[in-house]
Amino acid sequence: MSFPWAQQYKPTTEFGQWMDEKLPIGRLIYNSVGAGYPTPRNLNYMWNFGSLAGVFLVVQIVTGIILAMHYAANAAIAFDSVEHIMRDVNSGWMIRYAHANGASFFFIAIYLHIGRGLYYGSYKAPREMIWLLGVVIYLLAMATAFMGYVLPWGQMSFWGAKVITGLFEAIPLVGKPIQELLLGGFAPDNAALNRFFSLHYLLPFVIAGVIIMHIWALHIPGSNNPTGVNVKGPQDTVPFHPFYTAKDGWFLGLALIFFTGMMFFMPNALGHADNYIPANPLSTPAHIVPEWYFWPWYAILRAFTFDFLFVPAKLLGVLAMFSAILVWFFLPWLDKSPVRSGDYRPRFKKFFWFGLIPCIVILGICGGAPAEEPYVMLSQLASAYYFAHFLIILPLLSRIEKPEPLPNSITEAVTGKPLEQAS
Amino acid sequence: MASVDTAVEPSDSAVSEPEIGGVRRRDFINIAAVSFGGVGVVATVFPLVNQMNPSADVLALSSIEVDISAIEPGQAIKSSWRKQPIFIRNLTTSEIEAANAVDLSGLRDPESLADRTQPGKENWLITLGVCTHLGCVPLGAAQGEVKGEYDGYFCPCHGSHYDTAGRTRKGPAPTNLEVPEYSFLSDTVVKIG
Repeated sequence: MSFPWAQQYKPTTEFGQWMDEKLPIGRLIYNSVGAGYPTPRNLNYMWNFGSLAGVFLVVQIVTGIILAMHYAANAAIAFDSVEHIMRDVNSGWMIRYAHANGASFFFIAIYLHIGRGLYYGSYKAPREMIWLLGVVIYLLAMATAFMGYVLPWGQMSFWGAKVITGLFEAIPLVGKPIQELLLGGFAPDNAALNRFFSLHYLLPFVIAGVIIMHIWALHIPGSNNPTGVNVKGPQDTVPFHPFYTAKDGWFLGLALIFFTGMMFFMPNALGHADNYIPANPLSTPAHIVPEWYFWPWYAILRAFTFDFLFVPAKLLGVLAMFSAILVWFFLPWLDKSPVRSGDYRPRFKKFFWFGLIPCIVILGICGGAPAEEPYVMLSQLASAYYFAHFLIILPLLSRIEKPEPLPNSITEAVTGKPLEQAS
Repeated sequence: MASVDTAVEPSDSAVSEPEIGGVRRRDFINIAAVSFGGVGVVATVFPLVNQMNPSADVLALSSIEVDISAIEPGQAIKSSWRKQPIFIRNLTTSEIEAANAVDLSGLRDPESLADRTQPGKENWLITLGVCTHLGCVPLGAAQGEVKGEYDGYFCPCHGSHYDTAGRTRKGPAPTNLEVPEYSFLSDTVVKIG
């Protein structure tokens, strides 16, 4: 499960040896994130976001467990219990703001982590399973975040729950019964709130489980790297500890400066004022949007304003939105180029930076904007490009693109010198 | 292949710097960084634990006012203070005499009735209705309840007997029934807490 030149775990104390025979947890840590895990020596800062996302998941779980100590999952008092947390509980405001902004920071980390994978081809063989598990984590995180946003039972909570469960209504024939099944009623109410709370508490632990598989799968081939070239020998790697523990630690400190800055000085900047109004089933907020991390998908949902053949617009939008993420499951087989890193793919690089990234940014802006022109038209164009990128451009590029010459090894790319054979 | 040296050459002169008295500059950086991180961890953990302390709304209910005008001598009422029962008892003259007649040196928790009441209001015995053994509510406040061998309170859980001054006399209770902080706002209203 590791390179043959990995440093070997040797317990230094008698207790360490005793433990190593009974429960080799020290060995596990040593070989996974310690000195026993050789890692490419040329990882750039884009490789910091995996561990960062992990840390923010821990922040969410810790603050979430605490919030659950004070929150009441009952439609009659949920809103008041959140105000109770904000006003009465010692440091409750801080813990809730940490949780609310922690969700955003988790998604920032996860998006940059996904973007890193897309650009450097980390999804390609032999790392397909890591990528697939990552998509599963992302889907679970979206479900968790959505249900968490419902819990304060403000106006955005209520109408978010109504709109998102309304997506299922678009399914022909069984849509309506499915929506009622999900909600335990005809509109979001106590039954929905309780099950969302239960699942919101459960899913992060499921995510943690899938993350363990994600890392397990990662440790078989080891990390990809900015050149995309395989590790060829010991000179291409450094031990994870202390090199990347230190780098991840320093980067975490940097991220926490932004996180706490956000938490203490602009805690509601990413939220919606409407959610400080108690849920009212009889009045929809004028401008209803999800949290920012859902905006691109929300734009794709709203882009479909027209029926196509016998498929109604509503169903088209829902299908497109889910497909936009599900297409990632096929990515390792859509992009057949044997070159992983975008650094050595001149055309791919252009399509990535001037096609896909602006397209997602435009979708994000449109998703957060009111459903009116020019945003509808922009969403339609960007949605079309989004699917074209994955379904047409990537498969075509892998056939016609002529990649730049790859370095012979990571070391050669780093030092600029050909690998010395005698070492 | 397996015997290749994996050590990476240090690019920082601080690493290869010779040790002075067994201490390198890097050691200082290590200790400083870890210490600073430790301070951060403590600062983070404190509010995460402190949140479990009573919240502002709980503390806001920490004092109550009780009208005692209807309690005749020989009667007692139960009230609730900080979610705990509180006994307010109007002692009869004979109960006061019985409490004062006890030799303090023979008590497990020596306190006179005067210690446990306010001057001029010796007939008002105000205690928590919480047995000092393991927290059950003793009997004897309501009419018809068993008052125990010393005519005060009796805890049915593990058989602790309290006398007319609410002092532990028999059974496992280690101390007398707790007297909360209270003051008479007037002759008929007492503020507890």
